[in-house]
Amino acid sequence: MSLEGKVALVTGATRGIGQAIAHELAKHGAEVVGTATSAEGAESITSGLQAAGYKGYGIVMNVAEPDSIEAGLKQIAEQSGAPLILVNNAGITRDNLLMRLKDDDWSAVLETNLSSVFRTSKAVLRGMAKARWGRIINISSVVAGMGNPGQGNYCAAKAGVEGFTRSLAKEMSNRGITANCVAPGFIDTDMTKKLDDKQREAMLEIIPAGRLGEPGEVASVVAFLTSDGAAYVTGETIHVNGGMYMG
Amino acid sequence: MSTVEERVKKIVCEQLGVKESEVQNSSSFVEDLGADSLDTVELVMALEEEFETEIPDEEAEKLGTVQNAIDYIVAHT
Repeated sequence: MSLEGKVALVTGATRGIGQAIAHELAKHGAEVVGTATSAEGAESITSGLQAAGYKGYGIVMNVAEPDSIEAGLKQIAEQSGAPLILVNNAGITRDNLLMRLKDDDWSAVLETNLSSVFRTSKAVLRGMAKARWGRIINISSVVAGMGNPGQGNYCAAKAGVEGFTRSLAKEMSNRGITANCVAPGFIDTDMTKKLDDKQREAMLEIIPAGRLGEPGEVASVVAFLTSDGAAYVTGETIHVNGGMYMG
Repeated sequence: MSTVEERVKKIVCEQLGVKESEVQNSSSFVEDLGADSLDTVELVMALEEEFETEIPDEEAEKLGTVQNAIDYIVAHT
């Protein structure tokens, strides 16, 4: 499989799953543009890719802000050309039980995790339609299907992403563009490091594989979806969760 | 420099994959040239790019034929 000559945009690529995806796609030959919300983050993406001998760089882009997305896409178009692979990975959590969940926590999570996917997808579709080839992969979550106490906002956003992806898949299929979700379970990242030992133990009990997943195990599935071999897979959500939920 | 009519027809041919001989001024994009809804959106975007103009959605909906598109461009650029 080769992604040589293709530009891949990966949002939220400073660490965790996003970083693993950026490196995996670059390993297959893509020129990867990773986004970060700070200049430091963007620099660390650039130096990480360079250190591994890969093509690509980081840019500053806040996916919660339409203007920032527009500026970022413009920069990529000038510097590298139109992205034919988009991985919407950037996401935040603002957990709280529903009875205590504030309006701000609701909107921030919906903006960053859901509205951003609409905006970035819209921004890259034209280039993909012209090329008659495109891959959009949205990182969802196991909780979109399962639900999770304390994550009403996050679950709503991620379930929204899955519905959006199916609609997008139907609209663009006859242009050679596929849209899919990858739904990770509990992966060993900063997001899950926030959990205490008790929570961690409870989690492991419901994972048949008996361990957390590695970011690379999500990235390899994303890479498969970008390949020509996955051209007939669209509108799908692929679960990567060690068996804890099977949809 | 080509005329607006020639440029519009060239874009129609490219976007809809039809031959120049098939494109008449009276041709309807949907009925005569086989455009689906996505084709018409792409066509409007291509016209916007070629003529460096923005065509609002409510105007775009009215562009049913090649002549409609030519008239719109002539009036708005």
